Amino acid sequence: MSNEIELIKDPGLPEHKLRQSDIDPKAADRAERQVAILFGLSALGTVLFIYSYLFISTDLFVFIPLMGEQNVHQLLLGLGFAAALLFIGLGAVHWAKTLMPDHEVIAYRHELRSPDIDREEFVTTAKEGAAAAGLGRRSLIKRSLGLSLGLVGLSPILLLGDLGPLPGNALRTTSWKAGTRLVTDPGDRPIRPEDLEVGAVAQTLPELAPGKDHHSLNDIAKDAVLLIRLRPEEFNLDAERLSWTYQGIIAFSKICSHMGCAVALYEQTTKHLLCPCHQSTFDVTRAAKVIFGPSARPLPQLAITVDAEGFLIAQAPFNEPVGPSFWERSA
Amino acid sequence: MSARERIAGNVASYVDDRTGAAAWMKKNLKKVFPDHWSFMLGEIALYSFVILLLSGTFLTFWFDPSMREVVYEGAYVPLQGVEMSAAYASALEISFEVRGGLLMRQIHHWSALIFIASIVVHLMRVFFTGAFRKPREFNWILGVGLLTLAIVEGFLGYSLPDDLLSGTGVRIAHAIIQAIPVIGTFLAFFAFGGEFPGFIFIPRVYIVHVLILPGIFLALITVHLMLVWYQKHTQYPGPGRTEKNVVGYSLMPIYMAKAGGFFFIVFGITALLGAVASINPLWLYGPYTPGQVTAGSQPDWYMGWLDGLVRMAPPLEPVIFGYTLSLNILIPGLIIPGIIFTGMALYPFIEQWITGDKREHHILDRPRNAPNRTALGVMSLTFMLVALINGGNDLIATNFDLSINQIMWFSRIGIIVLPPLAFIITKRLCLSLQRADRELVLHGRETGRLVMMPSGEFVEVHEPISPEKAWLLTQHEQNAPLELADVDQRGVRRPGLIKSKLRKRFAVAHAEQVAKPTLNDVHELEGH
Repeated sequence: MSNEIELIKDPGLPEHKLRQSDIDPKAADRAERQVAILFGLSALGTVLFIYSYLFISTDLFVFIPLMGEQNVHQLLLGLGFAAALLFIGLGAVHWAKTLMPDHEVIAYRHELRSPDIDREEFVTTAKEGAAAAGLGRRSLIKRSLGLSLGLVGLSPILLLGDLGPLPGNALRTTSWKAGTRLVTDPGDRPIRPEDLEVGAVAQTLPELAPGKDHHSLNDIAKDAVLLIRLRPEEFNLDAERLSWTYQGIIAFSKICSHMGCAVALYEQTTKHLLCPCHQSTFDVTRAAKVIFGPSARPLPQLAITVDAEGFLIAQAPFNEPVGPSFWERSA
Repeated sequence: MSARERIAGNVASYVDDRTGAAAWMKKNLKKVFPDHWSFMLGEIALYSFVILLLSGTFLTFWFDPSMREVVYEGAYVPLQGVEMSAAYASALEISFEVRGGLLMRQIHHWSALIFIASIVVHLMRVFFTGAFRKPREFNWILGVGLLTLAIVEGFLGYSLPDDLLSGTGVRIAHAIIQAIPVIGTFLAFFAFGGEFPGFIFIPRVYIVHVLILPGIFLALITVHLMLVWYQKHTQYPGPGRTEKNVVGYSLMPIYMAKAGGFFFIVFGITALLGAVASINPLWLYGPYTPGQVTAGSQPDWYMGWLDGLVRMAPPLEPVIFGYTLSLNILIPGLIIPGIIFTGMALYPFIEQWITGDKREHHILDRPRNAPNRTALGVMSLTFMLVALINGGNDLIATNFDLSINQIMWFSRIGIIVLPPLAFIITKRLCLSLQRADRELVLHGRETGRLVMMPSGEFVEVHEPISPEKAWLLTQHEQNAPLELADVDQRGVRRPGLIKSKLRKRFAVAHAEQVAKPTLNDVHELEGH
């Protein structure tokens, strides 16, 4: 035995095995019939599809176990369509597998790289072309062309300038002003403190400005406010924030300080507000301090009181931007 | 010559006179493709794309991409009289009034899910078998680009109907744009034409979704396929398969029938799902309004990992020189995805740098024979899986009666601890499998037959494996790690020593192997 390492050898392509349909004409005929049956089933699927489209009413429902209430039109239309497609596919694959030749064929790869001579000729051609254009010598042309192409490239960017207005002060303002009444959403009814029991939550918006008949989504995206009523002694607030509440009613922006979802879940027993998008959790008794989750800031608190008629109003606008953070937020 | 043959011949020569296509066709109709089930994954992605184009075109005939406010008067009773956008109203019309509309909507949504899922699994196949190696690096990068675009395209698509769920997703995308340092606020105002949600966002998303991105897809997919065609497909190792050949079946007729048939199978299964499996029942969510949200709101699966990362991010939002830096959004929303996708795109070059291997490879690796790569892949998947699980933490909490805080902490710790653990375990598993292969070649397979020896000892009879199997288990190369000298020939320390030390360590880790058996080993065993 030599000391050279001898590797196990490639035995080469295994011998081709004949299929049943290759040796037995009966088996081949059987396979042909099977393929034809599959194609036939596809045709039946199309018939079902056409029938469902034309003759089954779209408001007919049927209860099917596991699937629940199903629209018969949609279900049969879909099943017909699926059968029409699926059986064509199954037929074709069965045909290929049983009746088409299954001899493995060998093709040879050739190197992808071009022969050296082609590479050299390419380099010469490219160099000659560049030299003929005088790119190397005539630097004035090169530079002025570079300048004009660069400048012309700016124009599409400029043309996109009117995609939107500049932000201005928009992210810092809401519709809330001193004296704005809080109204129910939906319904737009002003609210008295006694409308809210201890433990209750209400979704509110600022009352509509005269002449407006509904809240635009842009306004709702900044104005939505959540009212929550606790017993006053349950608060754990400094004197200023306590003065922003009214008889145990506290108001927060409903727009999450993380990514702007509506902070919609209130857990009465723990007095936590939870944002369903990313689970930032805010403690209502401590001015919506973040106690869990990715948000880094409390929900902005709206200072409220009541007006002469006893309806809840804002004492002042929000003292900080509502919603998600932005680069210039604290500037 | 029959009449039919004559007509066919006339048509063919008419076309060839004007195009000269016959020479190309005769060669390529005989083009050989290797056969393996895992080569169908990319096909599924391609066919899903075609299904998306067909079903999507159908939907555009009725969908009205407008945020104009309308009062719904359509067939779905619970929402009659409700104010909503024209986009949402037309999505309801497609679902309830257009015959076949709901079927097509559901086919479109299902095929989008299948499209991205098959791209991901196809990418995993290409990664774990080393199919991205030279000369296929460009196609790998194209593939990573296609995956990225597919995720964006999917997100834009399900944002279009303007229901409460999709609007919430758009709100989150808006917050990510707005969180970008320095220019974020401006970008958000430009993208949305002003404040969120504005009135122009859906028409803009629509044209990107139905024209710009599909156009880019068509171009990239064409190049992707042309490269596959031109470079010839990789093949799995086996008897008779070498780096110089392709063993398989010819395009005409085998693959025309098989691949053509498979398109119909994929379409048929998608249609079946569209018929029986409800997806995105947007009439249940109601129209979007920023003041409301659906509890348990979940994105489509391919966005879940991103949502999971955002959920587990620590609440970091430093104010630096008076400017707010939303790290709690930037890290999970942009920085980590950026690192993952860039790293993925560059991986072929990283591996080439580690191994120093500049040769072409057309025979695929069995994953166990590239333990380091396989472990790296499983590590990345584990990272994504933990993120995905956390993206569904609210559903897990309600379904399994767990606290959301526990799941969140599991994910926060798990995303750091579990991926390295997965790396170590996978690498050990690969090496064990190599050892098992070695055993199999040297000692044969266990037959399960017990024989009593004259001495009374019981032994199990082993049977030698076939030469084909023995070749399969030993055909792979086992290269020693790249040799890098710390000093050059004149004994001077080379520049970039730290880089070269790092490279050496990677190279050693990458080359860790269980020695494959050789004929010498076999003979030696036979000798005693």
